[in-house]
Amino acid sequence: MSITDTAPSDSADTGAGAASAESDRAAERVRRREPSAVLRMSEAEAAAIGGDPDDADDDELVLLNMGPSHPSTHGVLRLMLELSGETVLRSKPVIGYLHTGMEKTGEQLTFLQGGTNVTRMDYASPLFNELAFCLATERLLGIDVPERATWIRMLMCELNRVSSHLLFMATNGMDLGAVSMMIYGWREREEVLRFFEKVTGLRMNHNYIRPGGVAADLPADWRTDVARLIELIEPRLEEYDTLLTGQPIWRERLQGVGVISAAEAVALGATGPILRGAGMTWDLRRDEPYLFYDQVEFDVIVGTHGDCYDRYAIRLNEIRESLRIVAQIIEAMPSGDYRVQDKKVTPPPRSRIDASMEALIHHFKIFTEGFKVPPGEAYAAVESPRGELGVYLVSDGTSVPYRVHVRAPSFVNLQTLPHLMQNGLIADGVAIISSVDPIMGEVDR
Amino acid sequence: MAERYGAIAGAEQPSRGQAVVHPSRSEWCDVAAAARADGFDQLIDLTAVDYLTYGADRGLPDQVAPERFEVVASLMSHERRERLRMRVQVPADDPTLPTLFDLWPGSENLEREVYDMFGITFEGHPDLSRILMPEDWPGHPLRKDYDVGQIPVQFKAASNVR
Repeated sequence: MSITDTAPSDSADTGAGAASAESDRAAERVRRREPSAVLRMSEAEAAAIGGDPDDADDDELVLLNMGPSHPSTHGVLRLMLELSGETVLRSKPVIGYLHTGMEKTGEQLTFLQGGTNVTRMDYASPLFNELAFCLATERLLGIDVPERATWIRMLMCELNRVSSHLLFMATNGMDLGAVSMMIYGWREREEVLRFFEKVTGLRMNHNYIRPGGVAADLPADWRTDVARLIELIEPRLEEYDTLLTGQPIWRERLQGVGVISAAEAVALGATGPILRGAGMTWDLRRDEPYLFYDQVEFDVIVGTHGDCYDRYAIRLNEIRESLRIVAQIIEAMPSGDYRVQDKKVTPPPRSRIDASMEALIHHFKIFTEGFKVPPGEAYAAVESPRGELGVYLVSDGTSVPYRVHVRAPSFVNLQTLPHLMQNGLIADGVAIISSVDPIMGEVDR
Repeated sequence: MAERYGAIAGAEQPSRGQAVVHPSRSEWCDVAAAARADGFDQLIDLTAVDYLTYGADRGLPDQVAPERFEVVASLMSHERRERLRMRVQVPADDPTLPTLFDLWPGSENLEREVYDMFGITFEGHPDLSRILMPEDWPGHPLRKDYDVGQIPVQFKAASNVR
């Protein structure tokens, strides 16, 4: 069977025409070869076929597993590939290797503890998980967060977008053999993480954004630190341009690879750089402003071709836009509270605990029992570096959420993978996986 | 929203400022198709909730009879920058629902996840199989009658701890 011969009707006929049991099995397989990029085949069926060529007449057609343990699959993504020679015909992302039931765990933890749970989902951009979770909780509580807290959230999230995209630059470079980029990407990301450590105490999994505000105020000299970061990273981005953007080998490797149209991306539920790369101007920060994104100026970066190169360029330029937002936040940051002064959700300040018995009890109650959240359901979405990150919360009036659902952008974006990879080479598949930038912690939750 | 879907979706009730419609199971596909034709071009999210042990008022409109499961779909209209949430009641004794795959192919993985976690089957789905759990896993973990797993922590000196 040739690559182009994938139409279901005629191939199904030829398959069904044969008589023996062996060819019945083959017919079933041929029948499944619907004109789709997605290989809809179970583990058991794949095992039955085993390493045999798919078609007796054509020993080129084979099933191949890539991953879950493969350096280019970003963790534990496994791909079932149907190959003809080196060309990918259909593929199926097999996921779940990192599934730890975090949504179930979320039903055991209070709203205050929930942050520690969700922050571990998308570990490259943990603050966005916390933000979406807190926005949903606050929507249920019906509380407004102080202005300074909102600006702090924006500052931290934009820096997190920078660090997450820098991580993408690093891994994308590594996947494609531009190994120096890997070192540079990690190096710059580390600078951002160092600032996070100073503010939140942790490099990752911060649990910094809490319902009602943030965990702690910014350190006194944060303006100097952030200004230094901008000063440091901006010229480095120029270096990346010199190193990669205009480089013929890099362009050759990415341009025209893994193309998706805007209509396909929308239909498959893709969001973030994949959607924007296909030419759709869509960014929740602009189109559905949350926090104070309507008060800062930035551009939504869009591509035209929907290929790997566009997705690379979008992320690179989004770092620039994020730094632009951060520079505006330095100017705009007001003084005031960093968390809401609502005794129902906010623990008393540390200094009061030493002086007042009631404050001590209050503190203890909030951290053991948690605060009660009115019954109901709410959905809150933010633009994470990977797309729309949404949290759907159902509360039954207790201090523990009844249901925590996270709409993980990587999970949905992964559906585009078979379509991006179809009729491409395996080597291009590596570039494509990298440009989809899935974070498996968030895919599997 | 009510004027646009009132005729098809029996009930509409905003939830904390967000537009929510409550179609019945038989209306599910019709309301989805109407929303699709009306410009909701993307299925953002699809999930389910098991209301088995829910103690509070569920805030459903009067004409909607509560059932154990509820499937929740979030739609997005890029043109109007609008969202719409569809909530449908699914009974425990017949947990099935028609698939939205033909309207939004992006529902494939989301419906597989709901099937995996809640055991709700989607009729007409091209590949309804487990997605996060192993293929031979018994039970559906996010159901409320599915216990939270525990791994016993063993300390070497555990025997003489009172």
